[in-house]
Amino acid sequence: MNVLAVAQREENRRLLVKLSVIAALMFGFGYALVPVYAKICEAMGLDSLVPATTRQSVENTQIDFSRTLSIELDANAHHLPWRFRPLVRHIDVHPGELVTIEYEVTNVRDYAVTGQAVPSYGPQLAGQYFNKLDCFCFTKQTLAAGETRRMPVVFLIDPKLPSDVNTITLSYTFFEVAGLKGDKS
Amino acid sequence: MSAVLDPHGHAHDHDDHHHTPTGLMRWITTTNHKDIGSMYLWFSFVMFMVGGAMAMVIRAELFQPGLQLVNPDFFNSMTTMHGLIMVFGAIMPAFVGFANWLIPIQIGAADMAFARMNNWSFWILPFAGSLLIMSFFMPGGAPGVGWTMYAPLTSQMGIGMDLTIFAVHLLGMSSIMGSINIVTTILNMRAPGMTLMKMPLFCWTWLITGYLLIASMPVLAGAVTMTLTDRHFGTSFFNAAGGGDPVLYQHIFWFFGHPEVYIIILPAFGVISQIIPAFSRKPLFGYASMVYATASIAILSFIVWAHHMYTTGMPVAGQLFFMFATTLIAVPTAAKIFNWLATMWRGSLSFETPMLFALGFLFLFTMGGFSGLVLSLAAVDIQLHDTYYVVAHFHYVMVAGALFTAFAGVYFWFPKWTGRMYDETLGKWHFWLSMIFFNITFFVQHFSGLAGMPRRIPDYPLMFETWNKISSIGSFGFGLSQLLFLYIILKALRSGEKAPALPWEGADSLEWTHLPTPAPYHSFETPPVIK
Repeated sequence: MNVLAVAQREENRRLLVKLSVIAALMFGFGYALVPVYAKICEAMGLDSLVPATTRQSVENTQIDFSRTLSIELDANAHHLPWRFRPLVRHIDVHPGELVTIEYEVTNVRDYAVTGQAVPSYGPQLAGQYFNKLDCFCFTKQTLAAGETRRMPVVFLIDPKLPSDVNTITLSYTFFEVAGLKGDKS
Repeated sequence: MSAVLDPHGHAHDHDDHHHTPTGLMRWITTTNHKDIGSMYLWFSFVMFMVGGAMAMVIRAELFQPGLQLVNPDFFNSMTTMHGLIMVFGAIMPAFVGFANWLIPIQIGAADMAFARMNNWSFWILPFAGSLLIMSFFMPGGAPGVGWTMYAPLTSQMGIGMDLTIFAVHLLGMSSIMGSINIVTTILNMRAPGMTLMKMPLFCWTWLITGYLLIASMPVLAGAVTMTLTDRHFGTSFFNAAGGGDPVLYQHIFWFFGHPEVYIIILPAFGVISQIIPAFSRKPLFGYASMVYATASIAILSFIVWAHHMYTTGMPVAGQLFFMFATTLIAVPTAAKIFNWLATMWRGSLSFETPMLFALGFLFLFTMGGFSGLVLSLAAVDIQLHDTYYVVAHFHYVMVAGALFTAFAGVYFWFPKWTGRMYDETLGKWHFWLSMIFFNITFFVQHFSGLAGMPRRIPDYPLMFETWNKISSIGSFGFGLSQLLFLYIILKALRSGEKAPALPWEGADSLEWTHLPTPAPYHSFETPPVIK
């Protein structure tokens, strides 16, 4: 092979390396587009049909602020060695508003006890408008000897609640689940 | 096409002492640019037939409303695979085939710069093609996500999607290696005196296309790799549930996808720029402006990608930018069209098959360009997005643009490649049948698109029935006409008349003026000197 051909090969090889580097960089560029787009969209408030100014304060549009309901909370334990009380006795809510309240229960005896809470509503009619998303009354509760537990109720009042109802009393009564003696299940 | 080439039959091969393997091994081990060019062309023709058969299934299903032949899933696989196979399997390899055959003999080089890599870039292709076809036999079938492979559909597909992703990886590797080879050959291997501005325009368009491929193909590889890791490795690039964004995929894909359409059409412009002067017996009008127009199309192609995405909820400022940038591309493209027309002006025209296909290209590509201008307007596009109007538009530029040009090129260089002439009468039949059936197939799709018929749907309301019937009949005719092309080629290879040394008197590039017909297996081992 003559000198010219060797020089030619060397030159070709150099161009090959350069072009391969471009190809590799462009592969990286594809990945670089991911953060670049994230930044651009964030900076310009793009990538969302909701304008950035209003996006932070997305509100529940289903709340009826024109009405305020008084919810009275009550707790009883029926022949059960438990101390059971709501953390607040009274709360004001708007229909449609998602509310979380808490109850506290303490087993004062030195053995485990299983109980089941049963709700009741006053007026009774309000029960069907009282939508609970989460409640300790959904399951049996087993408390070890001397255990104290805080338990939530998450609920909202259906805005369709008849307009003559202004106060709802929510009352829970714990009954012992006989025969379980603190045994779960 | 080079089956009749005799690798040993040339007297000036005496310095070549190693014996070329014969039979199958010759083709597997070959590093000869002519062999590889022929293999590219045959491969792309096989893929063209496969993709064409899929198109026939699509049109048969759409012959009347309702679901008759295939279920919707399979229909979706058909549209997806038709697109992928035609773009990556048929059109692109065809023009790489032309590049392999022609660039060395047009610039006076002995072979491509990296002959072994050239072999490799071809032999990746059959594997990629098989992966695509194999996906039909996987549970869940071939992906039915559309050739654009949009998230989030891609994350829901079966294992066929993974095979498709790997096929795209392989096809991308093949194209990148091919382009590096072409760019290096053109920049480093030109004969003494062959300055860049003396090169035939086909070499110029491929030089620019090579750069486009090197810059855009890796981005597609990145996009499908992200899809792959989203599917199997827990990333969330496009998965909204994990904080990703499906629209991001479209941005990355079209950053590749728009340069891709110019990757397909620029070499076609190059072929046309060789053929029209040859049959007008005049030099190309405005050579330098052709080069600059090609370069500006290539540069502009990188800043217009989002015109495929007007309906994704882009801000108005973005829509305006991409709209203006897109309409700007019409300027260099129109410069090319006018240059071709000016080349023909007062030329001594003759209308052999290559010229007919070139003129068919000129006429139909311009129409496709105009419907492209219509679609570039954001306000209009929102109405027409994903309708048959878009299908009509891109088939005018892909089929009448790129495919007709490939036919023109095959007819034009066939005598140089094989030393034999095709049957001129049959060639003219092939052109007129293709021309007529193409328009029957696709012209009516403008109307069904304007009326609102969505693309990629196996069923449609009764009101679209007439247009679809016409279109389906046209497509069957178009498909059958392509069998005539196969017959013409086989007939010419077996019993074609011997070609004269200069079959086209107006052809004046190096392969016609400095090489015998057919071109010898080894050419320009001593570079010619260009004055």
